[in-house]
Amino acid sequence: MSRRGRLAVPGSELDADTGAAVQARGLTKRFGEFTAVDGVDFDIQAGEAFGFLGPNGAGKTSTMRMIACLSPISGGSLQVLGLDPMRDGARIRSRIGLVPQDDTLDLELTVRDNLYLYGRYFGLPKKQLRERVEQLLEFARLTERADERVDPLSGGMRRRLTIARALVSSPDLVILDEPTTGLDPQARHLLWDRLYRLKREGVTLVITTHYMDEAEQLCDRLVVMDAGRIAAAGSPRELIEQWSTREVVELRFEPEGHQAHGDRLADLAERVEVLPDRLLLYTDEGDATLDAVRSRGKSPIAALVRRSTLEDVFLHLTGRSLVE
Amino acid sequence: MSFTTWLRPPGANPSRRARMPPALRAYEYNLLAYKRTWRGSLTTTFLYPVLYLAAIGVGLGHLIDHGSNQAVGGVPYLWFLAPGLLAGTAMQIGANESTYPVMAGIKWLKTYFAMLATPLEVTDVLYGHLLWILTRVALASGVFLAVMAAFHTVPSLWALAAFPAAVLTGAAFAAPVMAFSATRETDQSFVVLYRFGIVPLFLFSGTFFPIVQLPGWLQVVARCTPLYQGVSLCRGLVLGHPGGWDALGHSGYLLVMLLGGILAARATYRGRLVQ
Repeated sequence: MSRRGRLAVPGSELDADTGAAVQARGLTKRFGEFTAVDGVDFDIQAGEAFGFLGPNGAGKTSTMRMIACLSPISGGSLQVLGLDPMRDGARIRSRIGLVPQDDTLDLELTVRDNLYLYGRYFGLPKKQLRERVEQLLEFARLTERADERVDPLSGGMRRRLTIARALVSSPDLVILDEPTTGLDPQARHLLWDRLYRLKREGVTLVITTHYMDEAEQLCDRLVVMDAGRIAAAGSPRELIEQWSTREVVELRFEPEGHQAHGDRLADLAERVEVLPDRLLLYTDEGDATLDAVRSRGKSPIAALVRRSTLEDVFLHLTGRSLVE
Repeated sequence: MSFTTWLRPPGANPSRRARMPPALRAYEYNLLAYKRTWRGSLTTTFLYPVLYLAAIGVGLGHLIDHGSNQAVGGVPYLWFLAPGLLAGTAMQIGANESTYPVMAGIKWLKTYFAMLATPLEVTDVLYGHLLWILTRVALASGVFLAVMAAFHTVPSLWALAAFPAAVLTGAAFAAPVMAFSATRETDQSFVVLYRFGIVPLFLFSGTFFPIVQLPGWLQVVARCTPLYQGVSLCRGLVLGHPGGWDALGHSGYLLVMLLGGILAARATYRGRLVQ
């Protein structure tokens, strides 16, 4: 115990001033001429689930990689768990669990070997690690596949294994880069369930995603990123309140008529978005608005009233859809 | 099972308790992976030496010894050939293990990136892998020497010193080839490396015949090649006349190549893995 006590850095759990697990100011990442992350500011509090929402190429992964001390920052400042990634990279990484976009699993080894070896990279003692691997297999619901090679496993199973692997060192901070991209709905829900459990345990989660439902489900707070910058920040509810209306009326007409219909119906809603396949009317009273549309003798092929989502926030902020 | 107790054991922080140097943790990965896949390497490590010694050393050697063996130093051709093959095999394993497996670490399996997300640094990944390649070279060289002994081609106890000499030969190739591999986008260049590098070296560095058989200017070229150093060193030691200054020169050459390769690999690994 005394050994650990001596080596532990006092107050290193959090940044002493702000209580932030991660703090970025003017954080920048350049690759040659290209600026991937363009001076972003954010604070991630210990114990929260924090999201980076944005389309592919928004700079989410570059930001993640800088937080995970895998990629040196090009400008600004960054503190992770109260430490400087440029100086204390290995020490920070020893307290981070990373779920990268590519699983980086060894396909030729078994599920159990993959967990075991990853734990060894952290220097975990063999005996302790063997117990932990069994618990993680249970957590990832992979106990029955433990002695099979990774190669034939489904995408969902591999993803769960990668998440279990990230937990092997009991990290304070878990970083998940696009955790459910490419998974079917059932696999996604199982994965989300595992992430809720982590969150309940007080693990700080940092999640990038281009799925607005994932961000809404998992994140306490998030930033919307576009072209290397932060377009907006807040909780999902705050973002929707600030940047969208309560409800949305989706109308579908003959595609070539959308622009004309949009112009004619503009006065019925706070805001109108014309998309290639549908028309969105932003309003606080969806049903009333739809009635008003119908009373003007416009009969859409399909009509739907729904609540605003982060997708609408993104559309408003950037004029583009998240998933293109 | 209580979820809370195992997920975040109070105060657990494994890396601080760890005693094993980080590079050895990367090494351990290769060791365990090899335990699972070692059968695939049986032919190159164990069978080839026997086949080569039997076919060329004994078969062809028989013909040569019926002529004149003065050109090979007055010893049976098999004695001449075996240490050359030892060095040549060390080179091949050293180069082989530094091409495709490095590409696997970077692109195919991305094991390097898995390691780099943990407390391991780029140099740990590099040294761990290099150390593993040397283990493979050592294993193959040890087996080869044992096979040589079984063929009665080890006349001197100096042959024991041929073991580190062979490992050094493999290492001298491994490090620069690792540096090269880390810069490649596809495995196409490895074929080129073999065709125009490894295979010609294997054939013309005094492995199968003394280089004095080559035309004059080619002798100079051959004398400067890295494998020639390894072959001369191993041959001298196995046949019991290590040859003082020459041996030092050969060893120095290989050592410089190893160290230069490590420096180059440090740079190319960093360039490739840290972006």
